[in-house]
Amino acid sequence: MLRFVLTRLSLVIPTFVGVTLLAFLLIHLVPGDPIETMAGERGIDPARHAALMKEYGLDQPWTVQYGIYLLHLLHGDLGKSMITHEPVVSEFTTLFPATLELSLCAVLFAILLGLPAGMIAAIRRNTIFDHGIMGISLAGYSMPIFWWGLLLILLFSGTLGWTPVSGRISALYFIEPTTGFLLIDSLLSDDPGAFRSAVAHLILPTIVLGTVPLAIIARMTRSSMLEVLGEDYIRTARAKGLAPFRVVGIHALRNALIPVITIIGLQVGTLFAGAILTETIFSWPGVGKWLVDAIGRRDYPVLQGGVLLIGTVVMGVNLVVDLLYGLINPRIRHRS
Amino acid sequence: MALETADPPKAIAPPHPLREFWHYFRANGGAFAGLVIFCALAMLALFPDFFAPHSPIETRPDALLRPPFWETGGSFAFPLGTDAIGRDMLSRLIHGARLSLFMGGTVVLLSLAAGVVLGLVAGFARGITEIAIMRLMDVMLTLPSLLLAIVIVAILGPGLINAILAVAVVVLPSYVRLTRASVISELAKDYVTASRVSGAGTLRLMFSTVLPNCLAPLIVQASLVFSTAILDAAALGFLGLGAQPPLSEWGTMLADGREFVLRAWWVVTFPGLAILVTVLSVNLMGDGLRDALDPKLKR
Amino acid sequence: MRYKLLAAASGLALLLGVGAASAKTLVYCSEGSPENFYPAINTTGSTFDASSRPIYNRLVEFQIGTTNVGPGLAESWQASDDGLTFTFKLRKGVKWQTAAGFKPTRDFNADDVIFSFERQWKPDNPFFKVTSENHSYFNDMSFPKLLKSIEKVDDLTVKFTLNQPEAPFVADLAMDFASILSKEYADLMLKAGTPEKVDQNPVGTGPFMLVQYQKDAVIRYKAHPDYFLGKAQIDDLVYAITTDASVRLQKLRANECHVAIPNTADLESIRKEGKLQLLDQPGMNIAYLAFQVEKKPFDDKRVRQAVNLAVNKKAIIDAVYLGAGVAATNPIPPVLWSYNDEVKDYPYDPDKAKKLLAEAGVPNGFETDLWAMPVTRLYNPNAKRIGELMQADLAKVGIKAEIKSFEWGEYRKRAQAGEHQMAQLGWTGDNGDPDNFFRVLLGCDAAKAGGNIAKWCHKPFEDLIVEAVRTTDMAKRTDLYKKAQVIFKEEAPWLTIAHSVQYLAAAKNVEGLKLSPFGAHIFYGVDIK
Repeated sequence: MLRFVLTRLSLVIPTFVGVTLLAFLLIHLVPGDPIETMAGERGIDPARHAALMKEYGLDQPWTVQYGIYLLHLLHGDLGKSMITHEPVVSEFTTLFPATLELSLCAVLFAILLGLPAGMIAAIRRNTIFDHGIMGISLAGYSMPIFWWGLLLILLFSGTLGWTPVSGRISALYFIEPTTGFLLIDSLLSDDPGAFRSAVAHLILPTIVLGTVPLAIIARMTRSSMLEVLGEDYIRTARAKGLAPFRVVGIHALRNALIPVITIIGLQVGTLFAGAILTETIFSWPGVGKWLVDAIGRRDYPVLQGGVLLIGTVVMGVNLVVDLLYGLINPRIRHRS
Repeated sequence: MALETADPPKAIAPPHPLREFWHYFRANGGAFAGLVIFCALAMLALFPDFFAPHSPIETRPDALLRPPFWETGGSFAFPLGTDAIGRDMLSRLIHGARLSLFMGGTVVLLSLAAGVVLGLVAGFARGITEIAIMRLMDVMLTLPSLLLAIVIVAILGPGLINAILAVAVVVLPSYVRLTRASVISELAKDYVTASRVSGAGTLRLMFSTVLPNCLAPLIVQASLVFSTAILDAAALGFLGLGAQPPLSEWGTMLADGREFVLRAWWVVTFPGLAILVTVLSVNLMGDGLRDALDPKLKR
Repeated sequence: MRYKLLAAASGLALLLGVGAASAKTLVYCSEGSPENFYPAINTTGSTFDASSRPIYNRLVEFQIGTTNVGPGLAESWQASDDGLTFTFKLRKGVKWQTAAGFKPTRDFNADDVIFSFERQWKPDNPFFKVTSENHSYFNDMSFPKLLKSIEKVDDLTVKFTLNQPEAPFVADLAMDFASILSKEYADLMLKAGTPEKVDQNPVGTGPFMLVQYQKDAVIRYKAHPDYFLGKAQIDDLVYAITTDASVRLQKLRANECHVAIPNTADLESIRKEGKLQLLDQPGMNIAYLAFQVEKKPFDDKRVRQAVNLAVNKKAIIDAVYLGAGVAATNPIPPVLWSYNDEVKDYPYDPDKAKKLLAEAGVPNGFETDLWAMPVTRLYNPNAKRIGELMQADLAKVGIKAEIKSFEWGEYRKRAQAGEHQMAQLGWTGDNGDPDNFFRVLLGCDAAKAGGNIAKWCHKPFEDLIVEAVRTTDMAKRTDLYKKAQVIFKEEAPWLTIAHSVQYLAAAKNVEGLKLSPFGAHIFYGVDIK
């Protein structure tokens, strides 16, 4: 087992170095001059331009810059934002909980609806339920979520006035960011309205971000269930006269879940891509919106740090899923 | 339909693979519907000037934000209304179909070509070349696709061509992995050894012997990539990083109309609907392709 | 519906969870996160709205809603006859705000003034590099060249000495970068080894103190109880950061905020509904299309005039500014003194444009580029859309224009180097002095340095605007600037596009709200009924 863990870890390290190089190089290739961008209409004189280039280390050759970059990385220093002059890491850590909260809710939403939907479709194969559910899930899978978000806002916030338009909580509530998860923080505050407000703000973004994972999970559950239902031991169980519920609910589901869980674990990247768009539409103060804003402002250090940190998070989650999968499934463990 | 004409006129005892494919494909109602919609879209994309009632870029200061014909104030002159500077929505949508399909198609071709070559090289070369290629793919897969695309566009600058390149790069790893995996499993088979013994060169082995036998999964993958490409390109457009005005790319149109979301619902509703319908039709076809080409699922 | 009730109930009663039922909270849906809380290193309005305006004061202040300079932390000031020294008499008994880890032991005095300027001026000041050494405005207003010395005469008197006379100097001191910081607080933080705290937990003399800032989400202030003009009428001020304009309006309608900058697209429906109050103020700005006069065919004034005649400006105002802008005739906005309203703009006349083009030797038109900025600015809500409209108009007189855009920093750099043929750009005034437009945008020095992207250096015009800055006689300056505007229009180095009008929407129960020509949003003096 230890060997398995070590092999997996050793695979991660070169990838991580690759990500640092990628993050560094990508940003270094950007043509614009960030100092000029900051200067706006009023321009900047050459002497001050040079001084600022030096301040941000932009005058060094890129190899040197990469060396310095790695050295700083080892000290946990990802640089400072050129706009706010705040350390990138601290900006990331204040914004990341918002993204995490939204993503977790979206995954939960996708699982809670996707699993039963997929099961029903599998059990009632080739009925109207099956076709309906699969049709809807294919539509969900094909959805441009940035448009989906706008539509939901138009309907539920605009026309019906049921949900708030954007943000995480009404500005009237003063919540101390203890954990950074507003659902928890607002419960900790003694104001019951705060929690309700936080929940109301979460509904639409959760639906929007959860749509694609929901579709994937439903389809995956269905095909996985179909495969398991066709296997011998299920037929045997059925033949032995076990109640259909027991057969499907216990035997089949348990075995069908393994690939589904893996799929969920591997959705982190997709989820984050969705979060970029969802956060932009709902002005959700998370990491995705932060990065999109950083591109607009040519805030190199933020972009660089953000790409690296997100890459690291995705890698970390994939690794954990991988290890867990190995734990559950000894066949995988021995193969590697 | 193109597939039917490609069919040999006299099919004999074991059905020709294409005929068999068509049989399975047509049995799938969804896939057939997808094909029909897609063909209709392709017609629009090929002959936009024939279908579009107006020029997609002609501005009309006297007809700003006209609603669709069924709303009060709308008229059949602009069936789906006009946008903020008085351009006909329907015409822009039709011309947008050309852009979207073009983007999707180019991405598929570019990434398929590059991905297959890299995958073949990795599968044949093994050793350090393989490790280098596969590690690079791992790194690319580590970053969320849209994020990577955004960063690439940030480097190249926004625009139609750059958005295509960015998306093509982002979808590359899936082809490379797929090709390499199939190559490795094919290489172990007898027919490869046979042709190797009979003196076939590596290039010949790669492209004439092994590649045709890995095609089925690649085709299914291509249909997936096609729909992903359309979605991602539209997302880039929506973030202001894709095709630039006055091009009527659907994502760009959405972003452009966003400020009018409360005042003129049609400027955001139709472009999104167009994206959804297109992607859905491609995915329906893709499902049909997979069922038809995947022997495991054949009934 | 349930949510609406909830929001209404919470809006009126809950107030910050602190509970005090009588506390008044004003929520402003602001446009964006501040870059940070040190005004001197920033240039954006949303940063000033969050830092210099609520937290700090300046020696002199623009009187709210005007470009007039009035007393601030200085009660009065005197200029010497040669215009080289300015003596400021400071206000007595001005209290500093408190912050975590800081209880002021003394009132505001001359040391604070000197510190606030030396921090931006003297590289050996320990705070020169703290947070950033890029003191943009201090440099842009050429203060390092202008200032000779700042001396403390006594605790409540400060003397500024200049190297040369500069008519707009006192107005410059009312700008945000000239905000006064506490030296006592700075010294304390320096000793504690955390100098950057000065900019993170700012301490000012202003009407509101910072309580909490959550990036991209919210900024909270509470009223400074000892503010020298009297405590603000509202107790708590909250900025709910909402970048999307249509969302801001929805929040305003849902009672989630009291004040917001609306989207120009929604003005009509706000007016029609009549449930909100709408304030407007012509902005201190100009959007223009500059012709590169060093390049053919724009070296010919007839071509420049022809483009002016060919573009339907009204269509641009209608379609892009959506009524939130007025067509521009002169290079300065009408709110600025010395504006010459006798100058007539070029009418929309494509036939005459064709005639002029024929006279200039290009009867069949020509091909050109047309640059559109990649960003939204106060003066230009959508440069690409304007570009598309111009493109269509120009095509009608045979000019084929290709719209080009670059990343923003690149755009400006290239435009300043004169790489374009036609380029859109604009300007927002800083200090309410016409010189801040004329010499910066159209002077011969600026043609070399870059700010004048038309590269237009016209002797008769240059003489007038240089003479105007060397005298302090207002009547004479006005006269000179008026003449300059006539020459400008005839020579047509620009197509003047528009002066944008800024709007602010507020709930009906908000009182005392005023807009500033500089685009500032100030909540002192505002009350909720």
